[in-house]
Amino acid sequence: MASYNTVNITRQEEIAPGFYLLSFKPPFLVRQSQPGQFVYFRCGNTYDPLLPRPFSIAMVNEEKNEAAILYQVVGRGTALLAQKKELNCLNILGPLGRGFTLPPLGRPFQPKRGPKGLEQLESFPQSPLRIAVVAGGVGIAPLFFLLQRLKDLPNLIIEVLIGARNTKQLLLKPEIKNLSPQIKLRLATDDGSYGYHGPVTEMLSTLLSANKVDQVYACGPEAMLKTVARLLAKYNLPGEVSLEKQMGCGVGACLSCVCKTKGDKENSFRYSRVCKEGPVFPVHEVVWED
Amino acid sequence: MVAIDLTVEIAGLKLKNPVITASGTFGFGQEYAPYVDLNRLGAITVKGLTLLPHPGNPPPRLVETPAGILNAIGLQNPGVDYFAAIILPYLSQFNVPVIVNMAGETVEEYAALAAKLSKLNNIAALEVNISCPNVKKGGLQFGSDPAAAAEVTRAVKNNTCLPVIVKLSPNVTRIETVAQVVAQAGADALSLINTVLGIAIDLKKRRPILGNIFGGLSGPAIKPIALRAVWQVFKEVSLPIIGMGGIFTAQDALEFIMAGAKAVAVGTANFINPRATIDILEGIENYLRENKIERLSDLVGTAHCK
Ligand SMILES: Cc1cc2nc3c(=O)[nH]c(=O)nc-3n(C[C@H](O)[C@H](O)[C@H](O)COP(=O)(O)OP(=O)(O)OC[C@H]3O[C@@H](n4cnc5c(N)ncnc54)[C@H](O)[C@@H]3O)c2cc1C
Ligand SMILES: Cc1cc2nc3c(=O)[nH]c(=O)nc-3n(C[C@H](O)[C@H](O)[C@H](O)COP(=O)(O)O)c2cc1C
Ligand code: FES
Repeated sequence: MASYNTVNITRQEEIAPGFYLLSFKPPFLVRQSQPGQFVYFRCGNTYDPLLPRPFSIAMVNEEKNEAAILYQVVGRGTALLAQKKELNCLNILGPLGRGFTLPPLGRPFQPKRGPKGLEQLESFPQSPLRIAVVAGGVGIAPLFFLLQRLKDLPNLIIEVLIGARNTKQLLLKPEIKNLSPQIKLRLATDDGSYGYHGPVTEMLSTLLSANKVDQVYACGPEAMLKTVARLLAKYNLPGEVSLEKQMGCGVGACLSCVCKTKGDKENSFRYSRVCKEGPVFPVHEVVWED
Repeated sequence: MVAIDLTVEIAGLKLKNPVITASGTFGFGQEYAPYVDLNRLGAITVKGLTLLPHPGNPPPRLVETPAGILNAIGLQNPGVDYFAAIILPYLSQFNVPVIVNMAGETVEEYAALAAKLSKLNNIAALEVNISCPNVKKGGLQFGSDPAAAAEVTRAVKNNTCLPVIVKLSPNVTRIETVAQVVAQAGADALSLINTVLGIAIDLKKRRPILGNIFGGLSGPAIKPIALRAVWQVFKEVSLPIIGMGGIFTAQDALEFIMAGAKAVAVGTANFINPRATIDILEGIENYLRENKIERLSDLVGTAHCK
């Protein structure tokens, strides 16, 4: 069950210019939280800014029952948060939402509707299952926690693809390498200052066309996720994406945070709550808008 | 310790305390049940219901503004049949009166919805939303035209035996006039206020932020406007008032009560503190105790005394 409690910050560190890793003792058992779930709390304590802000759980320490978020300063809330110090309090609501499904992901839940009607569902090749984890910028946050869980599962080949503006914004590189020597890390920067020069989705496209991936987990800017969705549709592979929408209540009550998802009938849609049915959605269930 | 009497009576409806949830901010209760003991609430007002399921407005539906939020949800709801089959049985397990907030596009729709709801058990009252700024037809259209407001009120009254609370919009020149007309049409109580019409613009896109262009402002930013509405309506209309608009603390709630509200509804505050209703309730009780006031009802409208 989700909880609401005052907790202390145990550590806050600027790990790259404008990016912070903030650890706290959560009011819930990290062992029972899922990668992709988020916490919701206010960054200040006045009426302005008013609403809490959502942050993915980025890292957990099960022995100490600690959790951490990784965030980028983009506005007033995150700027206030960056000023907080060890032992300052946060009123945390969480863990909230539906996180990532551990592998194997089913083939697209809704069988692809081809011209000949429903296409046969293919079964997966046996093991090992080849997983691509694709992050754009601070989108690595929920995916790092996912990697903490994936690394202990048998028969997986994990490739982590991270894209960022520049080399400084490639986050958690050493931490990912430390997770497991088996994880293969591929990096890309927009300015070419490190790794592949170009969007991270181009690296994914190359892997997919070489038939090196069975399923994908992704988080990042919406444009990136849209490209991931298009690629996965092209290769008819399953994947999950973590979405962002402006939230109100964070608990499913206000219907502020909705995104379009596929409805029961062909070409129909419904509005699903990012805070409740999401933030993680099967990639083929999202209706991507232009 | 002296027992404090927090009970409230609104149009024959007995509440154990004056703290109600504001429609649309508390879902159907389920979402907040992990945080709030629903049995402690004075009443739960559920999300606006329509006769048929309603998909709601395209996102973005919410934007934060100084000390407030603008929302344009657009009455997304599963429709009255789903409510009757799934939600009402869920809520009925709690010992809390359920107020159903209802919306429609035509007078006939309000009438049909009222008739349908009145056949169900375990509904304590109807709250007629004639003030939603976020739907194209109906809503505010009824709330800003006194004649239309009266017509909707009559249509609902003629189709139900339940107490009828009419929820008014602040987006009118004289809210007292609408209140008077609605009272004459048979309303049993009034809810004041719904959200204040507003807009926000995205500098990068040079377009309105909300999918619906306009939205309704709520939160601390509208509290003085809401309080003024309660004050003025209390002076001119004798119906019981449920006050709402920016109530975040017990102090806020007490101001509304002194201005003339018999009960208060807590909306946006739930988003900031899921236990806001209970904190406010306990704060009201403490105030009464500290000031040796035995009955909450003794406080209603006291700010008007000369
Ligand atoms: C489920 C979920 C998980 C998230 N996890 C993380 C995380 O792990 N790390 C992280 O850094 N951020 C995360 N975010 C985004 C984070 O919540 C926003 O960056 C934060 O709310 C901005 O607050 P602010 O007050 O600093 O900015 P504001 O002053 O509110 O806004 C500043 C600028 O940022 C933009 N902005 C605001 N909110 C968002 C948003 N939700 N998405 C995109 N742009 C936004 C605004 O349009 C504006 O231009 C997550 C969002 C969601 C919905
Ligand atoms: C997200 C949201 C949804 C709302 N939905 C409804 C609704 O369906 N019906 C209604 O009568 N009022 C609705 N309201 C208005 C509230 O019930 C209340 O009148 C208003 O928000 C002012 O109170 P507050 O400042 O405490 O939030 C909604 C408000 C918000 C913020
Ligand atoms: S934020 Fe309220 S429903 Fe998602």
